[in-house]
Amino acid sequence: MNDSAARKGIGLDVLTLGVFLSVLALVSLFLTAKTEDPLMKVHAVILLGAFTLGIAALFMRAASGLNFDQTRYEEGLIKAGIVATVFWGLVGFLVGVIIASQLAFPNIMYNPDFGWMNFGRLRPVHTSAVIFAFGGNALMVTSFYVVQRTCHARLAGGVWAWFVFWGYQLFIVLAATGYVSGITQSKEYAEPEWYIDIWLTIVWVAYLLVFLGTLWKRKIKHIYVANWFYLAFIVTVAMLHIINNLSVPISLTEHKSYSLFSGVQDAMTQWWYGHNAVGFFLTAGFLGMMYYFVPKRAERPVYSYRLSIVHFWSLIFIYIWAGPHHLHYTALPMWAQTLGMTFSIALWMPSWGGMINGLMTLSGAWDKLRTDPVMRMLVVSVAFYGMSTFEGPVMSIRAVNSLSHYTDWTIGHVHSGALGWVAYVSFGAMYCLVPWVWKRKRLYSNDLVEWHFWISTIGIVFYITSMWVSGIMQGLMWRAYNSFGFLEYSFVETVEAMHPYYIIRATGGLLFLIGAMIMAYNLWRTARGDVRKGESVPDIAPLPSAIPAVS
Amino acid sequence: MNYEDVAKFAQTWGLVYFALLFALVLLYALWPGNQRRFDEAAQIPLNDGPLENGEDQ
Repeated sequence: MNDSAARKGIGLDVLTLGVFLSVLALVSLFLTAKTEDPLMKVHAVILLGAFTLGIAALFMRAASGLNFDQTRYEEGLIKAGIVATVFWGLVGFLVGVIIASQLAFPNIMYNPDFGWMNFGRLRPVHTSAVIFAFGGNALMVTSFYVVQRTCHARLAGGVWAWFVFWGYQLFIVLAATGYVSGITQSKEYAEPEWYIDIWLTIVWVAYLLVFLGTLWKRKIKHIYVANWFYLAFIVTVAMLHIINNLSVPISLTEHKSYSLFSGVQDAMTQWWYGHNAVGFFLTAGFLGMMYYFVPKRAERPVYSYRLSIVHFWSLIFIYIWAGPHHLHYTALPMWAQTLGMTFSIALWMPSWGGMINGLMTLSGAWDKLRTDPVMRMLVVSVAFYGMSTFEGPVMSIRAVNSLSHYTDWTIGHVHSGALGWVAYVSFGAMYCLVPWVWKRKRLYSNDLVEWHFWISTIGIVFYITSMWVSGIMQGLMWRAYNSFGFLEYSFVETVEAMHPYYIIRATGGLLFLIGAMIMAYNLWRTARGDVRKGESVPDIAPLPSAIPAVS
Repeated sequence: MNYEDVAKFAQTWGLVYFALLFALVLLYALWPGNQRRFDEAAQIPLNDGPLENGEDQ
């Protein structure tokens, strides 16, 4: 790698990206002219605009003659990633509150003339916004930060790392605008149509190469465990995404496509994808985050590095088989259902091993739970990880699943993982990162972190407890028979019974959104360099000298 | 190869494969000679100072 501080001239990265974007701009120009599909036309114009902007940005960069300073870490990209994470988080939580309110009060935003305001169109906007936009940006930004800091190497690929960032935002915009206008292939968490899938594949391969390139340049011989988790997340998501989205478009200028799989094979592929979206996107990636930010914030090495190795290999080899538990009592062969259930139960071990490893990292520093609300947020996230990875295997047992499946219990379970684990560990990471990359001594306000923590935690508790009650009640009502052998309740009676719980759930979601808004304000003031008056908070302490690990 | 064969293969050799794999991972993680390497690795996030050939801050 080039070591000179100010490399002059146009680098290879700028050149290759310029050629690549030019080709893509031509393709999208062709698409704009040729397509007679009005929905695809909108997307073709968005693509053309995005690629043109990209080329313009590259030209300005080349004209300025500036190059990346190879003696420094890439931090501009980290700042952009933090902004994107917080922004998409707020969007995703807001849409979540809207659709939760629609479930409680169906007349909210119901307008037959505006189909895009319906629950069916907005629901994938919520799921994709929180999982892929918020979670995905959080994973990308932290992985780019962690891989640099644990390898003592600047991010590889130069301007291609920025391509990954903006390309991913483009994917999000295409996916969301597609959902509201009716473009969907109706696969859960894989709704985007074929051309958006191809675009994500390109971005994802670039992401993998930037990550691998940085590992390649590393100055530290050992690859730290967090990077193993991030790498497993990137590689596996690439594999899942490509296989589950194998489909044939009806024409290259039409948005609609048909899956290569049919019947139970299609269902199995979808839930192999779907459950590993949970296992590798929402778990492995965020465990990478845990293994960096928890030790860093606690200023202690991870409790047991050996346990982290066993955790890693057993988690990734077991998770990939758990998908069939989504298809109990279907046409899927019984042995495959049982296999999915068995592997789900086996997941208890690595999950809890990882949780114990994260929590015990605080041994000797437990007082930080009282004094540092950011540390508390990280620890509570690991506790929620333990709770939802306990609940998940229970629900995968066929007998339990016969009660829980298709009910709100599943929704509650997903949210204890998504709000409690994924969002909290990401919030903790953001609270750490903003002072670090903007070079501030401390956050704007620790009190506001306290407010965020408690408001959001109450919100999560409202959410998951109401969904437990609602879900189990729903399941019991569905299977209740009267003395003549007829069903005791009509479907609408179960809906009516769930109404109060839906209101509690929407309230919980609203509290969670309010907490995130407090965080956004706090982070914005921190980045500006403000410090709230009247708070006695110590500066972020200097790193202690080496502390031996238990291992 | 019919369905029964595939199912049988998955249910027997799959088990052996997993048990072996897990044994290898345990062996690697618990091998006494690796102790020092893992102790050092655990310190990596705490020592994330400036770039080797540059300054940061």
